[in-house]
Amino acid sequence: MNKQKTPLMHISKRAALPWYISWGIRAAAIILALIVCAIITTALTGLNPLAVYGTMLEGAFGTPRKLWILGQNIAILLCISLALTPAFRMRFWNIGGEGQVLAGALATAACMILLGEKIPNWLLIIIMVGASIATGAIWGVIPAIFKAKWNTNETLFTLMMNYVATQLVAFFVIVWEVPKGSGKIGIIHQNSMAGWLPQIGSYKYLLNILIVAVICVLMYFYLNYTKHGYEISVVGESERTARYVGIKTERVIIRTMLLSGALCGVAGLLLVGGTDHTVTTTIAGGRGFTGVMVAWLAKFNPIFMIFASFLLVFLDRGAQEITTIFGLNQSFGDILTGVILFFIIGSEFFISYKLNFRKREKEVQENV
Amino acid sequence: MFDVVSFIPRAVMQSIPLLFGSIGETLTEKSGNLNLGIPGVMYVGGICGVIGAFFYEQSCGGAANMNGFLALAIPLLCCLLGSLVMGLIYCFLTVTLRANQNVTGLAMTTFGVGFGNFFGGSLIKISGLDVPSIALSATSGFFSRHLAIADRLGWFGKIFLSYGFLAYLAILIAFVSAYILRRTRVGLQLRAVGENPATADAAGINITRYKYLATCLGCMIAGLGGLYYVMDYACGIWSNDAFGDRGWLAIALVIFTIWRPNVSVWASILFGGLYILYLYIPTGSAGLAMKELYKMLPYLVTIIVLIISSMRNKRENQPPAGLGLAYFREDR
Repeated sequence: MNKQKTPLMHISKRAALPWYISWGIRAAAIILALIVCAIITTALTGLNPLAVYGTMLEGAFGTPRKLWILGQNIAILLCISLALTPAFRMRFWNIGGEGQVLAGALATAACMILLGEKIPNWLLIIIMVGASIATGAIWGVIPAIFKAKWNTNETLFTLMMNYVATQLVAFFVIVWEVPKGSGKIGIIHQNSMAGWLPQIGSYKYLLNILIVAVICVLMYFYLNYTKHGYEISVVGESERTARYVGIKTERVIIRTMLLSGALCGVAGLLLVGGTDHTVTTTIAGGRGFTGVMVAWLAKFNPIFMIFASFLLVFLDRGAQEITTIFGLNQSFGDILTGVILFFIIGSEFFISYKLNFRKREKEVQENV
Repeated sequence: MFDVVSFIPRAVMQSIPLLFGSIGETLTEKSGNLNLGIPGVMYVGGICGVIGAFFYEQSCGGAANMNGFLALAIPLLCCLLGSLVMGLIYCFLTVTLRANQNVTGLAMTTFGVGFGNFFGGSLIKISGLDVPSIALSATSGFFSRHLAIADRLGWFGKIFLSYGFLAYLAILIAFVSAYILRRTRVGLQLRAVGENPATADAAGINITRYKYLATCLGCMIAGLGGLYYVMDYACGIWSNDAFGDRGWLAIALVIFTIWRPNVSVWASILFGGLYILYLYIPTGSAGLAMKELYKMLPYLVTIIVLIISSMRNKRENQPPAGLGLAYFREDR
């Protein structure tokens, strides 16, 4: 008899699963995660978990105002995730979204402060748009040039660029602070509203949401139905293949990061020009990093990203409601988000791999 | 006049959390895992130590009743345990389940920072004890105690002997891990796993075991950095977000030292010095703005090192070749 020990199980790669099974696995992961979150919440607060989730729903959808804030937050997060997507599709790990958004935001604020009330408003807004896009693109393309030319590690490079941008913003906040010594800029042109993006009707956030919706659709077509999008996918799948078929990979990398950075710049523009009308070092609020997770959760598909960013923003808003009502620290939302992300990240394994358990002796013999 | 004798100890105090973080991350990266969760791990390490110390202090009811050994051991153990759990989560997801390392790392940072700030802000409410704030000055006293002889040796004692034991532990760990990485069989095999897991696997090295060991050990070392920060540097006072971006700076330090823990010892002091340099620069409104630019220096220097090392393309100065990639035996 064969004495060799077979391991209890081994792992093999799965062929593509039908979409309903893979989404079923993800849904199961989210449900499991929600159960674990409920247990954690109850353990820490002693509250009925259903009541807590009720409060979360209330916090996200309770009033029209809350709904608008939800929409605005989804729009910004989605915009950043969309910006990162083309880079991720070619396996360029741009985790510098934070810095690129800050660069765009800083450029917008600079235009508003230096040119505001001196030139006509329409001209100012055009300059703002141009400046924020250009700055974001520059911030994104610097690591790309080095990646293309010398294969410099882009994950680490873009990460460092975040903090360079943060300190740059901190510098200009002090240079432009109003009043002197307060350490912040405050609302720029509160009275004249120079450089504020126009408001549609009485809806403060509608313009942002519409712009991002348009970007989302365009990005979907760009990635799936254009030559550029195809080239990005080929470079991502195999750089050697891309070179072999005559794609200039250096050019694709630089071009894609220009686009990626530019869209992050747009997010900065929307934040400063559209809603906040000021600039702080925390204006991006970690969304450059959250965007990475959104893009990855949605498998780099712009349409799925709407749902992924909805999920994360909903958790965040809901958790904020819990913390105010139950008097907890507001970081509670981060814990819940983390747990849910762990589960979703883990569930991907069961979509792309299969566990083969050791067969019983009998079956083996029958097969033989 | 620039006061060197007061500058150096402050730079060193500032550098120890970075040193712990960077040794941990170096070990992790040498096994091919790019753990972007280090900032989160350091928060968790810090807060777990705080939780342990908090309950111990409360149960003793006063510094006089505290046992010196337990006052050190309980926070240390809690800190190591907390960071170990974070390391295990990361390993389970990236090594066993082969998830994307960047995404897992970022999720760990979100979770860890949230965990730290949540318990930092709500510990008193949850424990139901009647104390105004978390100030663990008694425990901190044990952690930052230094040799009595240091005070009598003037500038020499101040520069070399005025730190708590964790600082010396950090330097010791740095040299030991540098030795293990470069001079032992275990280190060689670990580097092989990080450079080319498929080859290492063919040579009979257990990839999974090395990745788990290196990453968990790395997380535990990094967690100590969080503990040092709270207990020694911040005198036992936890305030939310005070730890700041030191975790990312530790990752920068790994690149700056080109993956060598022994270089980390002086490089972290350099970074610590750059971090607090602004305190020694003449202030005024212009100076205040300039200090933000000075804080940019560590990152700029890191970028330059990253660029130069990739341009010169010397093989021993490259990141581990398998960095950031999950290993699956059946992949080709």
